[in-house]
Amino acid sequence: MLDAIKQPWPWYVAGALIGLTVPYLLLVGNKTFGISSSLRHLCAACIPANIKFFKYDWKKEVWNLFFVGGIAAGAFIGAQLLSNPDPIVLAEPTQAYLATKGITDTTHLLPSEIFAWDQLFTLRGFIFLVAGGFLVGFGTRYAGGCTSGHAIMGLSSLQWPSLVATVMFMLGGIIMTWFILPSILTL
Amino acid sequence: MEHTFQHKPTAQELADLKARELDAICVNESELKHPWWHNLKYSAWGILFGIVFVKAEIISWFRIQEMFRFESFHMYGVIGTAVVVGLISVQLIQRFKVKTVHGETVHIPDKTFNKGQVYGALLFGLGWAVTGACPGPLFAQMGAGFSVIIVTFLSAVAGTWVYGLVREKLPH
Repeated sequence: MLDAIKQPWPWYVAGALIGLTVPYLLLVGNKTFGISSSLRHLCAACIPANIKFFKYDWKKEVWNLFFVGGIAAGAFIGAQLLSNPDPIVLAEPTQAYLATKGITDTTHLLPSEIFAWDQLFTLRGFIFLVAGGFLVGFGTRYAGGCTSGHAIMGLSSLQWPSLVATVMFMLGGIIMTWFILPSILTL
Repeated sequence: MEHTFQHKPTAQELADLKARELDAICVNESELKHPWWHNLKYSAWGILFGIVFVKAEIISWFRIQEMFRFESFHMYGVIGTAVVVGLISVQLIQRFKVKTVHGETVHIPDKTFNKGQVYGALLFGLGWAVTGACPGPLFAQMGAGFSVIIVTFLSAVAGTWVYGLVREKLPH
């Protein structure tokens, strides 16, 4: 049993559990699923700086911070107690492509060639770790939601603006992956 | 956006609600007051969520690369299944007028379109392919022990903050 749990879980198990978050949050406390808002609540709680966008009673949305705290704790459990000892099994074309860019370490979920402290002060590391994070935080808030809020919650409740957002998420990711990332990876 | 206040809201409450509604997908106007530990039910689900994130390798930069390179079905399967399960759940809740465990009517705010869902979403997509993480996986990557992601996370908070700062100047 434990051996089975330690293997990577199939997409339909993960997808079903993530999908069930929608009714769980609705039925347990009338909450709509969305994770990127937690970043806004952190700003409102810690550095509101008299900006109108952050001047609200963030304590009313504190459930969201408890939720993301749980995500970090769950990931700790998953990584410490249930982790898969084998390297990640990547699709062959992806693995071959990344190898041409010098990314070959698949022992962890993130490639150690990029996501490491000693990379932070290289141009490439700065783009991956700092600029990428900035785009995620800025873009999700500008879009009014991320993969959870728009792609999952928004599509689940048939909100067409969320469909627009989801299409644009994918488009942005495709543009970056195919046209920009190849140059960044060789920096 | 309509909200059903049971009591007559004060001007302050309305102003606060309006502020929280700006570009937000999760605004909650549950009228019920609970002690703080009620929030642990969200942490509990978060823990399950975090385990799923790690075990299905959703927080892996490699899986996001596969997805955007169209070389693996995995992430499409995850997101697609999640949407289908969420959609069926919402339909059932609305069809049978299922109430919350506290007897409240389930309320899903409507999303109104603004240009942020084009420009902002595009910017997020660019960042997603770089970091291999949307905001949820950022929390999970830190929890899973990738300490350098603290930098990415703080940068994401900074991005959100800067958005708040320049919000009025951006097209919406």
